[in-house]
Amino acid sequence: MKETRTGTDETRRGADGTRRDNPVERPGADGARGQVCVRCTVNGEAVVLQAYPLARLLDVLRENLKLTGTKEGCGEGECGACSVILDGELVNSCLVPFVQVEGALIKTVEGVADGERLHAVQQALIECGGAQCGICTPGMVLAAVSLLERNPRPTEADIREGLAGNLCRCTGYMKIFGAVVRATEERMKMEG
Amino acid sequence: MRAYLPAYELVVPRTLGDALAMLRDEPGVWRPFAGGTDLMVLLEAGKLEHRKFFSVRHLAELRGIEEAGGYVTIGTLTTYTEVRRSPLLAREFPLLVRAASETGGVAIQNRGTLGGNIANASPAADSPPALLAYGAEIELISAGGSRWVAYADFHTGYKQTVMRADEMIARVRLPHPRVEARHFYRKVGTRRAQAISKVCFAGLVETDGGVISEVRIALGSVAPVVLRCRRTEELLRGRMLDAELVGAALEEIAREIAPIDDVRSTAGYRTRVVRNLLAEFLTSSF
Amino acid sequence: MSDKNIGKPVPRKEGRAKVTGAARYVDDLDAPGMLYGVTVRSHVARGRIREIVFGEGIPWDEFTVVTARDIAGTNAVALILNDQPYLADRVVNHAEEPILLLAHEDKYLLEEARRAVRVDIEPLPAVFRLEDSLAVKEIIWGEDNVFKSYRVEKGDVDGVWDAPGLVVVEGEYATGAQEQLYVETNGVIATASAEDGVVVQGSMQCPYYVHKALLKLFDLPEDKVRVIQTETGGGFGGKEEYPSMIAGHAALLAWKSGRAVKMIYDRAEDMTATTKRHPSRTRHRTAVTRDGRLVGMEIDFAIDGGAYATLSSVVLSRGTIHAAGPYNCPNVRISSRAVATNAPPHGAFRGFGAPQSIFALERHLDKVAAAVGLAPEELRRRNFLRRGETTATGQVIGEEVDLGALLDRAFELSEYQAKRERFTRENVGSKIKRGIGFASFMHGAGFTGSGEKYLQSVVGCEATSEGRVRVLSASTEIGQGTNTIFAQIAADALGLDYERVEVVRPDTSQVPNSGPTVASRTCMIVGKLVESAALQLKQTLAGAGLLREAYTQDDFARACRVYIERNGALKSFSQYKQPEDIEWDDEHYRGDAYGAYAWAVYVAEVSVDTLTYEARVEDFVAVQEVGRVIHPVLAAGQIEGGVAQGIGWTLYESVVWADGRMANGQMTNYIIPTSADIPPIRVHFFENPYAGGPAGAKGIGELPMDGPAPAILNAIEQATGVSFNYVPLTPETIMEALERETVKAC
Repeated sequence: MKETRTGTDETRRGADGTRRDNPVERPGADGARGQVCVRCTVNGEAVVLQAYPLARLLDVLRENLKLTGTKEGCGEGECGACSVILDGELVNSCLVPFVQVEGALIKTVEGVADGERLHAVQQALIECGGAQCGICTPGMVLAAVSLLERNPRPTEADIREGLAGNLCRCTGYMKIFGAVVRATEERMKMEG
Repeated sequence: MRAYLPAYELVVPRTLGDALAMLRDEPGVWRPFAGGTDLMVLLEAGKLEHRKFFSVRHLAELRGIEEAGGYVTIGTLTTYTEVRRSPLLAREFPLLVRAASETGGVAIQNRGTLGGNIANASPAADSPPALLAYGAEIELISAGGSRWVAYADFHTGYKQTVMRADEMIARVRLPHPRVEARHFYRKVGTRRAQAISKVCFAGLVETDGGVISEVRIALGSVAPVVLRCRRTEELLRGRMLDAELVGAALEEIAREIAPIDDVRSTAGYRTRVVRNLLAEFLTSSF
Repeated sequence: MSDKNIGKPVPRKEGRAKVTGAARYVDDLDAPGMLYGVTVRSHVARGRIREIVFGEGIPWDEFTVVTARDIAGTNAVALILNDQPYLADRVVNHAEEPILLLAHEDKYLLEEARRAVRVDIEPLPAVFRLEDSLAVKEIIWGEDNVFKSYRVEKGDVDGVWDAPGLVVVEGEYATGAQEQLYVETNGVIATASAEDGVVVQGSMQCPYYVHKALLKLFDLPEDKVRVIQTETGGGFGGKEEYPSMIAGHAALLAWKSGRAVKMIYDRAEDMTATTKRHPSRTRHRTAVTRDGRLVGMEIDFAIDGGAYATLSSVVLSRGTIHAAGPYNCPNVRISSRAVATNAPPHGAFRGFGAPQSIFALERHLDKVAAAVGLAPEELRRRNFLRRGETTATGQVIGEEVDLGALLDRAFELSEYQAKRERFTRENVGSKIKRGIGFASFMHGAGFTGSGEKYLQSVVGCEATSEGRVRVLSASTEIGQGTNTIFAQIAADALGLDYERVEVVRPDTSQVPNSGPTVASRTCMIVGKLVESAALQLKQTLAGAGLLREAYTQDDFARACRVYIERNGALKSFSQYKQPEDIEWDDEHYRGDAYGAYAWAVYVAEVSVDTLTYEARVEDFVAVQEVGRVIHPVLAAGQIEGGVAQGIGWTLYESVVWADGRMANGQMTNYIIPTSADIPPIRVHFFENPYAGGPAGAKGIGELPMDGPAPAILNAIEQATGVSFNYVPLTPETIMEALERETVKAC
């Protein structure tokens, strides 16, 4: 179950970006009974993963790929600590069953920064005090990044709504709102 | 994770035909699995009793929002996000769009589907009251064909429906409401987001010179099923709205609902709020 | 001492790791050959264990199973009274009490096994309500269910009631339990063997509490137990005492299996089985002159401690001392008791008893004001403590304190007077009722009374030959900013750049015991030790003739290098010494309860929807005097976060109990505020440097938990005309009260 094969096979995705019809392969003889293999792209890297079909994407990311930046806060889609971006949309990875990520493009918190250069949201969270204990922060980063991708100039109401699925117990949210506002301004400046 | 994962199956049928064949060949053994926002929660808690599922998320024919033949038809896999982003639905069915935007947070809205919400048959679900108020019909498909059932007849008891073991939900269709109709929606969940309803109220009313020509009232979280309040509607329909009628309607709706005390609220609160919202709905509609 | 860093918003030390996902919390770590561990718990609140049955279909020989019989040392969590067992043996005293531990490498099979264990328990009569425990309906602890009682006496309170011309006002107030709901659940990884001893790493506030508990559990010498704090995803008190329990459990499994064992609670287990804020009940009887001068206050304060004594005595202590607030009253009696019920033990939670007793007082004073026909603020202005006056424990306030100025500022920022008038006018006939209210209060920093004296905290500083400085302390970073402010304090003490100071991860094999990370003591008490340890480094270098009065960072680095070449290492340690002017009488609960207090006035604006009875906080102003602010962004973040938790406690967070068990132990049903529920929170600091704190700082961590509940309920009273005396105040309760009012009005 811990086996991870990493490759660069992009052929699973058709030319039009749609997925192949029968995506799931049975694992090799070495796999645990009932587990399946799935191909997907995580933070730009194509991977082949093996797990139980109903395994949570959260656990597969953390255990198979050791991408432990994605956190579990509640396991019931309530807190948003496990948020990742799946095919361009924010999702709770604790509610995504493994087989449904065949062919998917997944972005986790580890894939948000551009090498050493932090994303504007990350930089602003540090500067504005938007991260305290840090356990909700990866999910909050992805929720904010996802919000800005869809809505580059969010109002305060948009920010409150866009982050409402991500619970924070430390900050009272004020400094997180402030960070999203600052990130918005920084991006607008960069774009002239 | 409290479930024993090796005991669960989630297979991916190649086509919708293959999926329906599974339902036909082993009725009751396989169940469809859409966005997972309900089923994965049960799994995590070790409370998902059914073990064998097939994924439907990749079946393109179960998606899409179309307008034809006097109806707007919505594929069962349509997510709340897609509902929110549909200008057509926003224009014609604002209650449904409100319900979708008040269901969970963005991440839930991106995964949760209209069909899943219906099939899960929770009395606390947010979009079903809107669907009831709009007179929705549901297409149930099986290997043998398809049938349309009125959504108002779909739920038969707590988490019970008329759906056969070899059927699944394919589409939902809504007749165009009249342009004059006034729409009223209120979800009561104490906090503003990520809440499970204590009361969900969806109402639609058409008036003609002070007379209620048509009215539909549907409620969530106040009975074992999402409830269309037919008796209250009947009492109101064709009558001139005045204080006396409002008073009678409040009495009637209190008799029509069957709320309970649970960890989220009390029967007394639910009843009182339903009465208040009905009064608000009626008086604000004139 | 330089002033380069203190007062500046330097970047949080571990900020980058947190925003990139690189920070490693305990569940992100593995150990070779690691097993997973789970706990089998009681389903009964009180009873005798008859039998433990291992069900069929599980390969039990593959499992490590631990019961109370496997404990080599003492089966009690070492804390104050040591009455709580690690594993129930023969009897259980609360639902979810741990009975048996299981470990296996397959975590899915482990859950199957947990379900397959059946514990047969013969139920005994249980007590669930505080009042039933006080009335001794059943003796469930000791001789009378009382864990601890205190009495504070000032003046002659019995003599005031019959004096002429006084108005006597009585009231009763109560508060419910509250779950800390840190977003990272409790978790640890343990390894253990007779040769190497016990090593536990995990999420915690107080590594040396865990260390002490493990010594007793395994009966090992000090150097055979090592406790390491991993990055910790919030605590709020919830990881003060509980980690000693889960650490012991994982270590017992590791000891028996010979393998590393990871135990991580899921949310449901963390919510139902671990500690919560103590429920409370307070009765007030107050004598006041017709012109609003407080003459006598008699306060009876009681808290529900749950099934074991754990920290209840000290929670009660802080609640007791804060019960009379920042007011000058010549005659005061505070009687208090912490009692047992068959609920899981209630424990530390930000504020530690003070939010409970301050809620009662600040609600009650609005009632007192109404009774003498004064505005709530006018009554308080006439009684605010001033320099030279004494608190309930007889502590003479030595510092300059001007609560009136805080009140003025809070009212100005919130437009209190204008809004109060406008809401009174506009509420007539409106479906949305609005109100504005406030609370004034204080919060003592550091351990109560002689606590700090007994703790004898120690902090170290170590210089490297590159001239970098490492701060050695057991005070944990749990989100509040310990790493950052310690680095600021040490850097300014030594005239160094912030980047040249590093705060070492707490590990009992590496750092001295600077005491627990609780009680708003980290900045003021431990921070002061950081400052003095850093200054000692400089003195050592100066004493060795290596550093002149004025020096550059390069001079400092050169001096360090030479010193280390000559002497091997450059370290300094500083130990807490109680200032000579602090005196405390433990027996009579009299004297200087705290070295310093933070003072505050909070204003809440609310709306109540009369269709749904939902109350909402629309605006919030928090004004406080906290000594010197070390880091403006972190400090404001502490206040905002505390206010949000206070709003949650007041309006949203209701623990639903069913036979002593939390029935709504999921995040879906125990609802904390989301980003859509928190109003704008405007924070304003007054700075009045305190000589006993580093660069003049006092403590602020708990303060913001005290004010929201009474301020919000005072505002709701204006909005609805109803005086509510209980939190959490749910829409259901508001409905019942408004319906009663309607009936009365008819």
